[in-house]
Amino acid sequence: MIYPLIAVLLFVGLYGLLVKRHVVQKILGLAIVEYAVNLLLVAIGYRDGGRPPILTPGEDPAAFAAGSVDPLPQALVLTSIVIGLGVVMLLVAIAMRLHQRFGTLDTTRMNRLHG
Amino acid sequence: MVDLVPLFVAIPLAAAFLCLLLKRFGDRVCGAITLLGILAVLGLSLTAIAVGTDAVNMAGGYGVTMRDGRPFVAGIAIVLDGLARLFLLVVAVVGTAVVVYGFRYLERSTGRALYHVLLNLVFAGMTGAVLAGDVFNLFVFVEIASIASYALVAFGTGDREVEASFKYLLLGSIASLAILIGIAVLYAAGGFLNMADIAVAVREGRLGGAALLGASALFLFGFGLKAAMMPFHAWLPDAHPSAPAPISAVLSGLLIKTTGIYALVRVFFTILGPDPRVQTLLLVLGCVSMGAGVLLALGQDDLKRLLAYHSVSQMGFVLVGLGTGSALGVTAALFHAANHALFKSALFLSSGSLERMTGTRNLSEMGGLARRAPWTAAGTIGAALSISGIPPFNGFWSKLLILIALFSAGLPWAGTIAALTALLTLASFVKVQRKALFGALPERLAHVRDVPASMHVPVLVLSALCLLTFVLWPLGLGDVVQGAAATAQSADGQPPAIDSYLRLVLGRP
Repeated sequence: MIYPLIAVLLFVGLYGLLVKRHVVQKILGLAIVEYAVNLLLVAIGYRDGGRPPILTPGEDPAAFAAGSVDPLPQALVLTSIVIGLGVVMLLVAIAMRLHQRFGTLDTTRMNRLHG
Repeated sequence: MVDLVPLFVAIPLAAAFLCLLLKRFGDRVCGAITLLGILAVLGLSLTAIAVGTDAVNMAGGYGVTMRDGRPFVAGIAIVLDGLARLFLLVVAVVGTAVVVYGFRYLERSTGRALYHVLLNLVFAGMTGAVLAGDVFNLFVFVEIASIASYALVAFGTGDREVEASFKYLLLGSIASLAILIGIAVLYAAGGFLNMADIAVAVREGRLGGAALLGASALFLFGFGLKAAMMPFHAWLPDAHPSAPAPISAVLSGLLIKTTGIYALVRVFFTILGPDPRVQTLLLVLGCVSMGAGVLLALGQDDLKRLLAYHSVSQMGFVLVGLGTGSALGVTAALFHAANHALFKSALFLSSGSLERMTGTRNLSEMGGLARRAPWTAAGTIGAALSISGIPPFNGFWSKLLILIALFSAGLPWAGTIAALTALLTLASFVKVQRKALFGALPERLAHVRDVPASMHVPVLVLSALCLLTFVLWPLGLGDVVQGAAATAQSADGQPPAIDSYLRLVLGRP
């Protein structure tokens, strides 16, 4: 059930990122795509009825590993959130420059370059 | 050597933070730190080549005993093998030239300390990416280099710069997220992030089917976009020319190779093993990149845009070389990637010199500059002859090897496109030389003077390396390139040539 919802979130984000013309809408689209990917990573490590991956002293590691959720994707998500934060911050900073330079945030009116 | 391997990443990272901390003491201090840092990396990479042994460093790892009594080290693997040695050498050589060039080029810019911080972060990201032993770390280092490069494209803060940076950032982020989803899919299916573990699982058939196919498609898109493979190239002709010249040289010369080509080789040859479907796609998209890239370059009047389209085209040569899947093709592709790093960074640096002399990037407004600026002209001509494939310059040898690999692999159509592209590249650079360096000197430019020595010497050194490649090849360069190709793939890919890598990382016989 969770995976189709992640796919929906992903495509909502991609829609905003690729189709919307407003700079802020594009940034929000990227943020939504990032959330979808982070959610995917957490969902991969999840296990029904699993317990938090914290080993208490004296516990048998094998029994612990059999009952806890996978901690590795959670570590990946932490890294990925930090990277996402950096990217969105940089995007917002560049968006402010764009507004300063062009006086608008409509990407269809920013065409000094011809790709 | 094992203990020295983390320094490849630690030195540029430390240099970046030192630059930020010591900013108040002036940007000369930052420049000195950056230069010392990249010289140290150059020394280390030459040492690594002289020692020649592979090394695995488990940074921050700790030993545990598995239930079957086997010792196992949990940690982040940093792997120095043949492929990494080649790319580290290229990064260090081009990086040194760029840092030296940047001192005088940026003397009138503001924010030079921050430029050095970001440049060091790009270096750290690139060296980290080529040394990473697990796919997630590869992703993290590619992101470090990419994010710093997005900011560097916007360094000029003009209309074009911020617009190009915004486009580049959005497309680059989509590529990065595709790579991350690919990693998630691989982990969900196999339970590993370590490249060697994934490679074993693929070879033993435990990892395959739809998950492998999906991850391959995501990696091909993600790393293909970073390598400016058509049809994912649209950001490059905007982003590379918008950056300051030394940064253009780093982006076109190094970044698209370390975060694009290197990652494609590592993922598709070392980890996932040669797959005929992937190779066919690389061949077709490589041919499209070669042909369309050079055709778009022919119509350009803006020198830096022209060079950027040639980067797309030349990456096409590398991709078709990889697409053959043969030992010769992979060797030729890696050789061409290294050669392209030398001559394209030289060309971007000299485009910066020409722009500074004339105040324009439009070829139609230049002319006769060879008489006014003989040193810059000499460096430019050397690099232009290399990219055009004139013997004995390095571009000739690697293009010849790619052509031989294509025809001997029974792909005459790809070989024909490559040969035509090489001819059109020559035509394009004949135009550049005729318009910019020879012909009549416009009245306006009658009194221009050559750029200072610290700007033309790096270009001359890079061009000299292009010229002397055929001398350096028997003196050790050949071993480095062939060693890199051997790590990527053993003779003709049968069996999937990850044995040496697996032996190295997992300690298996």
